[in-house]
Amino acid sequence: MKCQQCDNPAVFHITELEAGNVREVHLCEEHARVYLNQSEGGDGGEPGEPGAGEGKGQKGGALSGPLGVGQTAEDLAVLDKRCCDMCGITFFEFRNQGRLGCPHDYLQFEKELDPLIANIHGATEHTGRRPSRPVPAGVDAESGTDGLTAIIGLRRGMKEAISREDYESAKEARDAIRGIEDAWTPPAAKAGEENA
Amino acid sequence: MRLDTLTNSIGEWLRGTGPDSDIVMSSRVRLARNLAQFPFVSRATEQDRADTERVLRERIAAVPVGRELDYIDVGHLEEIDRRFLVERQLISREHADAQGARGVAIDRLEQVSLMINEEDHLRIQCMHSGLDLHGAWEQIKVVDDQIERVVSYAFHPRWGYLTACPTNVGTGIRVSVMLHLPALVITRQIDKVFRSLHKISLAVRGLYGEGSQAMGDFYQISNQTTLGRTEDELVQQVADVVPVLIDYERRARDFLVRETQQNVHDQVSRAYGILRTAQTISNEETMQLLSRVRMGVLLGLIGDVKLSDINSLLIRTQPAHLQKLRGGDEDSSDDIERARYLRHHFEGGDSPSRSTAN
Repeated sequence: MKCQQCDNPAVFHITELEAGNVREVHLCEEHARVYLNQSEGGDGGEPGEPGAGEGKGQKGGALSGPLGVGQTAEDLAVLDKRCCDMCGITFFEFRNQGRLGCPHDYLQFEKELDPLIANIHGATEHTGRRPSRPVPAGVDAESGTDGLTAIIGLRRGMKEAISREDYESAKEARDAIRGIEDAWTPPAAKAGEENA
Repeated sequence: MRLDTLTNSIGEWLRGTGPDSDIVMSSRVRLARNLAQFPFVSRATEQDRADTERVLRERIAAVPVGRELDYIDVGHLEEIDRRFLVERQLISREHADAQGARGVAIDRLEQVSLMINEEDHLRIQCMHSGLDLHGAWEQIKVVDDQIERVVSYAFHPRWGYLTACPTNVGTGIRVSVMLHLPALVITRQIDKVFRSLHKISLAVRGLYGEGSQAMGDFYQISNQTTLGRTEDELVQQVADVVPVLIDYERRARDFLVRETQQNVHDQVSRAYGILRTAQTISNEETMQLLSRVRMGVLLGLIGDVKLSDINSLLIRTQPAHLQKLRGGDEDSSDDIERARYLRHHFEGGDSPSRSTAN
């Protein structure tokens, strides 16, 4: 679906409730930012901050489309602050940029992304090609490659541990990363590295 | 690889051969893929980007993808060289303008291009001349399968291949054709055609993809959705509509010749005249006039120009190509150089440049 203001793809699908009338707005990232700023009455104030949009109902209305009916501005403010356990991106940052932070976001924000993706694609189930290589032994195939993506969180944890001089935790994280990497490195890549 | 060796060829998408190449310039399929163990590019640290680039570069180099690939370190290229690759459709504008570690692997025929650290970690592209979507799809499958042997792409059984933007999730596929539709523009039917394409969830873009304006009556038609249908179905969705568009354009061309021959002959002759004599000319105007002359050649209204010449000029009059061809002469403006290049070309010279080798 295209943005109503330009040729870019619409990534924000907004339902406005105005005096009982329902109006749908489909916008790209850039125009959505302009639009939401207008709803907020200018540039001042981060929409994610507590209390932003409160009382006016504008922001709640603006996002009730993709996020489900009945959510209040307060709910949204809480949601906006939620962040990914792996990459640390907040939902607000995703809404603002239109780009996710890491593969785990699809699971972390699954409930919120589901209606958005259904709106974009008219579907929520992949029916195309799949990786031919099985997941490593002991990994639940239903979680896809999320076990490997866990490395992103471990790397952040390791950095934080180092900065607070907690070298024991840093070492544990490093060993965990190595273990996961080893389990997930494809046999063909390992063979290539050995030959190199 | 030396980029300058490419200035002497015109690249796959303007080769002007293949089925229905009077209307279909090129067929392209791209796949968006990410490594599961790194954040997406927009969230990645400088170190993450460097690691992603290294892992992909090294592992891709170790597998046979059906073609010998040359790797170009885009992060360390001069701006003119990045523009040059954009003009040849080997990298996107976003990739050219991005920051940090990134690169592109291309084959000598310029059919295969693997962009590393674009919006997604890996964007695989296969481009064939003329109407050959199935050929491009068969080729890209081989490349994708080979790379998948040595990396773990981010994947979830329900969502499919996981991408930085939810608009690409699932198959990660974009299937597109570049069409030359001058008669539909002249007969003012183009908007109607686009409206009907939107209704069946197909996107219409300009020459250089997302956000670009249509120049010289060239349009890209592509799928909008990537989830819920198989890759074969999405390839077929675009493949099904192309013959209809070809038919519309051919009928519009027939109409122009039948009903307004004098008029259309006048238009293409004037376009040809300006290209041969102008002293200063912009890129946009050049594209527009070359488009009309291209149609004139195909309708038999201009006899002494070859189609391959027009295709060649379409790329060589682009700003970065022109700058490379003229060999560093900074004395005159692009528009003056472009006009000089065109005049010289139509006088029968191959290249007016003082040096094509630097």
